[in-house]
Amino acid sequence: MADITYREALRQALREEMLRDERVFLLGEDIGAYGGSYAVTKGLLEEFGEKRVKDTPISETAIIGAAVGAAMDGLRPVAEIMTINFTLVAIDQIINNAAKIHYMFGGQFRCPIVIRTVGGGRRLAATHSQNLEVLFAHIPGLKVVAPATPYDAKGLLKAAIRDDDPVIFIEHSLLYSTRGPVPEEDYVVPIGVSDIKRRGRDVTIVAYSRMVREALIAAEELAKQGIEAEVVDLRTLRPLDMGPVLDSVARTNRVVVVTEDWRSFGIGAEVAARIQEEAFDDLDAPVLRVSQLEVPTPYAANLEKLAFPGSRQIVEACLEVLNIRVGAPVAAG
Amino acid sequence: MSTERQEAVLLPHQKDKDHLIDLYRKMYLIRRFEERAAEAYTQGKIGGFLHLAIGEEAANVGTIVALRDDDDVFTHYRSHGHALARGMDPGAVMAELFGKATGVARGRGGSMHLASLEHHFWGGYAIVGGHIPLAVGMALAHQYRGLDRVVLCIFGDGAVNTGAFHEALNMAGLWKLPVVFVVSNNLYGMGTAIERSSAVTEVYKRAAAYNMPGQRVDGNDVLAVEAAVRAMVERARAGEGPSLVELVTYRFRGHSMADAELYRSKEEVERYKARDPIVLFRRRLEEQGVADAATLDAVEKDVEATVDAAVRFAEESPEPDPDTLFDYVYVNP
Repeated sequence: MADITYREALRQALREEMLRDERVFLLGEDIGAYGGSYAVTKGLLEEFGEKRVKDTPISETAIIGAAVGAAMDGLRPVAEIMTINFTLVAIDQIINNAAKIHYMFGGQFRCPIVIRTVGGGRRLAATHSQNLEVLFAHIPGLKVVAPATPYDAKGLLKAAIRDDDPVIFIEHSLLYSTRGPVPEEDYVVPIGVSDIKRRGRDVTIVAYSRMVREALIAAEELAKQGIEAEVVDLRTLRPLDMGPVLDSVARTNRVVVVTEDWRSFGIGAEVAARIQEEAFDDLDAPVLRVSQLEVPTPYAANLEKLAFPGSRQIVEACLEVLNIRVGAPVAAG
Repeated sequence: MSTERQEAVLLPHQKDKDHLIDLYRKMYLIRRFEERAAEAYTQGKIGGFLHLAIGEEAANVGTIVALRDDDDVFTHYRSHGHALARGMDPGAVMAELFGKATGVARGRGGSMHLASLEHHFWGGYAIVGGHIPLAVGMALAHQYRGLDRVVLCIFGDGAVNTGAFHEALNMAGLWKLPVVFVVSNNLYGMGTAIERSSAVTEVYKRAAAYNMPGQRVDGNDVLAVEAAVRAMVERARAGEGPSLVELVTYRFRGHSMADAELYRSKEEVERYKARDPIVLFRRRLEEQGVADAATLDAVEKDVEATVDAAVRFAEESPEPDPDTLFDYVYVNP
C-alpha cells in the first residue's frame, strides 16, 4: 500500500469510476480547464474530454438540478460544489428535488447523484469556513458522508458513485494534503458503517472528518497520562451507524463527541441524544460535546483559533468526563 | 437568433379529422376532470391544495401532443391537464388526488406531484421554477448519449423571475441542449399580475438573453399552440438547441381552491371566459365542417363516462398500506 494524499485518493476514485462506468461524468465550476479549485479533478479533463468533465457557469442551482435530471434518466453525475457554503444557494435543488424524487413520485424515479463539496476553511471568515453537514444529515432521502482519511475518502467516494441514492460527499479543505495508506486494488468502504480508528478502554471519543485527526492527537496526549481513549469515526452521518459507538460506550462508560460544526442542534447533539436513548445505563458521566463556539467564524487569526475546536479542548473534555481535574495526578491502570 | 411574435402556420396533420376530434376530446376531458375534482375537493375528498387549469386546456393539450411518446415532460403543480393529455389514466390521476394507493404516485405526491415513468412524465413540481434545471439535466443526458429525445419543460409566468429559470436557460443555451421551455402565461403569479412582477411582461423576449429563439402564441388556440411547440420540438430534435415558447392564456378559476380572487375583477374574468378555448374550438370544428354537433356531443358523453369511472375508481381504491410508510425513502436504505 502506497501512502498518498486525501486529494490523490479522491482523484483516483473519480478516475477509476469513470473508467469503470461510462455513465459517470463530472460537472462543476472550474473542475476542468482550471483543474479544480482544490485540484481534486486535475488532469481528468485532459484524460476524459469535455463530454465527461463539464465546466459549468457559476450556477449552483443549475449544476445540482442538471445532475438530478440527468440521474433520473440513468446517468451517474458527480457534481462538485466548490465549497459547502455555496450549497446554500442551491439548497432547494438538494432538499426539495434530490432528496424527494424517489419518494414523492412513489418510487418511480431514482436520483443516483453524488454532490462532492468541501467543508471547513482557515482565514476565510464567516461565509467561507462553515461546517454545514447537519443541514443535509437532517433530511430523510439524503445520504451524507464525511471521510477523515485517504483510505476512507477513496473507498467511500466509490461507494457513493455506485449508490442508487443521492449522496452528499463532504470533503475537508484542511485534509487534502494529509497522507495515508491506500491499496492499489479496487475496494469500496460501505456507506453507513462507523469505524474504530483507535482502541482504548477509558473514554470514547466520537468524531468524523478532520476532527478524527484532532481526536487521535488528543488520544496520544491522554496516553501520556495513562488514559487510553477509543476513537470512533462515524464516516457517514446519514444513515448513522451507532453500533460501534454504543459498543465502545458499553466498555468505557464515558463519551466525548467532537464536531467542527456549531454545538447547538448539531451532529454532536444527535449523537449524544442517541447514546442516552440507547445506552443510558452504560454511562458513568454526562456525554460532553466539543464543537465550534457559537460565533460566525472570525477572520483574525487569534479569534479564529479561539472559535474552532482542537485537540486541547478534546483532552480537557475527556479529563472532565473522567472526573479528573487538569493538572491533578492520574492513577495508573 | 430571432425572437419574435409569429403567426402559427397550420401543419398538414392538423387538417386530419381524427386528430382534431382527439384534441377536442382531450380538452373536454381536462375540463370535466377538473370540475369533478373541484367538487370532490369541496366534499373533503381531496386534501391540501388543488390548482385547476380550467381555461388553459388549449395550452395544456397543444403542448403535450407535440411530443413523441419517448420525449420527456417536466411540469409544475398545475398539471392535471398535462397528465391527461399525455394519456395517463384518468382513474389513476384522480386516485392520486384522493391520496389512494392506486394513484399515479402511489398516494405519495397528490395533485401537485403527478408522475408516470411509463409516459416519460417526470413529475409535477411545486417549488416555483425549481424543476427547470431538472429538465435541462435530462436534456443533457440525451445529448450525452446521442439520443434524439426532446425534453419539454412547462412552467408559469411566475417562474420566470426565479433564479432557477435564469440559471437553467443560460445552461441550456450555452450547451445547445434539446429542451423546449414552455411558459404558460396566465397573467398572474398566484395573485400578482405580471405587470406588477415583471420588468418585461412579454416573456418570450427573454429568450434573447440566452441565445435561443422565443415565440409568443395565443395559448387559447390549440392548433396554434401545437404548431408552435411542435416546430420548436423538432428544431431541438435536429440538434439546433433550446427555445422558449410563451403561451398567453388565462385561468378561469382561482390560483387554488383556497383563492378568494380579490386581486382581479369579475368583469375581467368574464371577458376572458368569452374566449373559452373549448367553446372556441368546438365552434371552429362545427363551422369548418370537421365534425357536426352530434359527433361532438357523443365525444362529450364518452368523456363524461370516463370521468365518472375515474371518480368511482378513486373513491373505491384503498388507501396506502400503513406498512409501506417507509417505502421509497431510499432505493438502498
